[in-house]
Amino acid sequence: MSPSPASSPAYQTPNYLNAVKGVGSWLTTLDHKRIGVMYLVLTVLSFFLGGVFALLLRIELVTPGPTIMDAMTYNRMFTLHGVIMIFLFMIPAIPGIFGNFFIPLMIGAQDVAFPRINLLSVYLYLAGAAIAVWGMIQGGTDTGWTFYTPYSTTTVTTVAPVLLGAFILGMGSIVTGLNFIVTVHTMRAPGVTWMRLPLFVWAMYATSVIQVLATPVLGMTLLLVAFERVFGFGIFDPARGGDPILFQHLFWFYSHPAVYIMILPAMGVVSEVVQTFSRKNMFGYKAVAFSSLGIAFVGFFVWGHHLFTSGQSTFASGVFGVLSMFVGLFTAIKVFNWTATMYQGAIQVSAPFVYFMGFLYFLVFGGLTGIALSTVSLDVHWQDTYFVVAHFHFIMVGGTIMAFLAGLHYWWPKMFGRMYSERWALAAAVLVIVGFNATFIPQFLLGNMGMPRRYYSYPEQFWPLNVASTAGASLLGLGFTIVLVYLVVSLVKGRVSGPNPWNSRGYEWNTPSPPEAQNFPETPVHDRGPHEYQDGPAAEVKHAH
Amino acid sequence: MNLVNEFLRKLLFLPLQASEWARQLDYLHYYVFITAMLGAWVTLATAVVFMIRFRRKHAEQSTPIVDPKPIHEAVFIGLPLVLFLSYFAIGYPQYVRLQTPPKGAIDVYVQGKKWMWKFAYPGGPNSTDVLRVPAGRPVRLLLTSRDVIHSFFVPALRMKQDALPGRYTQIWFNADLPGRYPIFCAEYCGLGHSSMLGELVVMPPAEWDEWMERERRSNQPQAQDGQPVEAEQVDLRGSLVDQGRRIAAVQGCFKCHTVDGTQHIGPTWLDLYGRTVKLENGKTLVADEAYLTRSMMEPNAEVVAGYKPVMPTYQGKLAAPDAAAITEFIKSLRTDAPTAEPQKGPIYVPVTGK
Repeated sequence: MSPSPASSPAYQTPNYLNAVKGVGSWLTTLDHKRIGVMYLVLTVLSFFLGGVFALLLRIELVTPGPTIMDAMTYNRMFTLHGVIMIFLFMIPAIPGIFGNFFIPLMIGAQDVAFPRINLLSVYLYLAGAAIAVWGMIQGGTDTGWTFYTPYSTTTVTTVAPVLLGAFILGMGSIVTGLNFIVTVHTMRAPGVTWMRLPLFVWAMYATSVIQVLATPVLGMTLLLVAFERVFGFGIFDPARGGDPILFQHLFWFYSHPAVYIMILPAMGVVSEVVQTFSRKNMFGYKAVAFSSLGIAFVGFFVWGHHLFTSGQSTFASGVFGVLSMFVGLFTAIKVFNWTATMYQGAIQVSAPFVYFMGFLYFLVFGGLTGIALSTVSLDVHWQDTYFVVAHFHFIMVGGTIMAFLAGLHYWWPKMFGRMYSERWALAAAVLVIVGFNATFIPQFLLGNMGMPRRYYSYPEQFWPLNVASTAGASLLGLGFTIVLVYLVVSLVKGRVSGPNPWNSRGYEWNTPSPPEAQNFPETPVHDRGPHEYQDGPAAEVKHAH
Repeated sequence: MNLVNEFLRKLLFLPLQASEWARQLDYLHYYVFITAMLGAWVTLATAVVFMIRFRRKHAEQSTPIVDPKPIHEAVFIGLPLVLFLSYFAIGYPQYVRLQTPPKGAIDVYVQGKKWMWKFAYPGGPNSTDVLRVPAGRPVRLLLTSRDVIHSFFVPALRMKQDALPGRYTQIWFNADLPGRYPIFCAEYCGLGHSSMLGELVVMPPAEWDEWMERERRSNQPQAQDGQPVEAEQVDLRGSLVDQGRRIAAVQGCFKCHTVDGTQHIGPTWLDLYGRTVKLENGKTLVADEAYLTRSMMEPNAEVVAGYKPVMPTYQGKLAAPDAAAITEFIKSLRTDAPTAEPQKGPIYVPVTGK
């Protein structure tokens, strides 16, 4: 295969990208693949916006005193960074992009169960994002993404618009989850039994359950905060007879499961990547599938581990602490099974696989620091310090973003029919992984030293490690920028990939790349599980008539 | 043991251990650190070995189906479970100990407010930002907050407790290593969050007893240990200016206002009196006694341009003579007059503006 010009065969074959033309056709599309692409554009934009704020924060922290902004700007900026990264990227990205694009392809369906609701979710995202970002910039919200009361109900800055934005984003998240649950239950092609369901679909299914059950609680909580601010109800502010700890319970009842909304899809993505690039079926398929459900279930009963130092009862802290260990246990099961999958495989060390290895590394250390934090007594020292910041970023950036990049590179040819530059991809992957370590390992040590989070200025003893962290962040920023550049370039100049450049036997590769507007001319019938590589080339997929 | 402790403590960038509880916590930290590192690197090394050993030989290479036996999954579940539960079995009793103050502990009331710590000993002195405790005796802190949530954090004690408005929480410690240790606010509380610093002074017990006795004998309600001991012997019935300075220190005015012309959260007091100031609403006025007093009682009504309306009101908290004393103190701060001595605060002074 050789590099091809824009008039290459990839764009001559009819596919979902060129089936109908014009901006209007995108804005009103009901095609799950186009909706996935729209999510890709929107969430990546949000990611770079949140990333710019992260870099500005790191620059501010290069010196112990003021560097480039005042305290108020700093407080607003970490609020912007948190809200954008969590609500506009982490939660919607993998479900919105890969979930939409690949769940129907993987289960042999023509679309999701409710295509119109699917389009609605994009507009809810757009509306929520616009209101939240506008509200934060115009009103200067300085509460942090956690909106802890009574600070958030008494601050002089504007808070209501960002709450409304998050509320609307939550609605989008709920309808997406609902759509996926119904799709997986009712639209599987013949032969796609529950025990042959691709592991990405299992993970998305578990995620959707959390989205549907937990997000309404966030909506209620945000409404209560807005009521208190706007109408002066005494719900959380003790000055008006409210209870500030009640807010923390309600908030984390959503927001702790929400971190599993962010990491479970990532675990699904790497399950697909490790099977394809090892040419092996998953070792312990059932263990990996059910541990996703296990995380989704236990995830609802651990929220109190955010409150070990809040004065909650000692007994409650113990229960929340020991239950939190089980999340680590389910994660460990997955880690061991992914590793064992490589045994006797035929491993191709390509960019997605490098990201998989990075993911494994970050998840192991992020997960174990999480276990350390749920050891109750150790959390008393680490709570609200940079140790927690580093732990969270290890799981979220190190885990979710590595998996996101692994998935993006793995499925890029499927989505757009073209290959990116492998050399640049490997270079960027190494840069991202090194930069990430350089950013966050110093933050673990800062946490050990006792530097609290959300500090605009800090005593001098924290200086050197802060400089190291900022240096790492600049490498990380450079790495992400390189990824963006070569991926965009590949859309025009990349060589045509052909239908299945990785020789994968995942179900989603039984279509042309990029797929046609109609996924399957005939409903596929599967008589074997995905990713079975025991006997040479993939068996022909039968079609039901 | 000491050598190992020192080595690991420094390796992990941990601060000094000022109490037995902190030492015990660090031992758990080392145990978790070493076993977790071991487990992690064995797992990751296995992955790397597999990656090298099972490289792909040709594109269409087939591989055997390897399914786990029950024993594999049992090991995958059992090993981490045993390890994690052993962490919990050590950590949780430690936490329970921290939450259970012994009988006979010295009580100290701690009040957090934007952006300072106030300490009060029952029947004894009050202080701002400096907490003095005797080494080797248990101290129970009863914490509350006057505005938003703060969190009292002493890294050297590995100890932290949120201070909540409208209720009391408690925690205790027994510091045994005399010295001065920083106190941080760990719960985000707004503009001055990172300058809400205090200092824990662990004194030899005899010295502390002597200090406490002196404080108790003193009839001065304003007496507080934020100031060095010599300064406390200054006659408080001296000039109004001296009283003003003292009251301003007790009330925490210097958290936001400087007396040396440096920009901070609030306007500096140096040369403030008699100056024509521009307000946020565009008006201008002369900072006279009336304006200075109004600014204490109704601080956000007439904010100077360029500053945020963040000052709490002192209505009802500051008696009229005290407000007058502070005003006199501000009037004394002139560049053409002998200036006040430099501010005396904790050794971890907040980082001030450019």
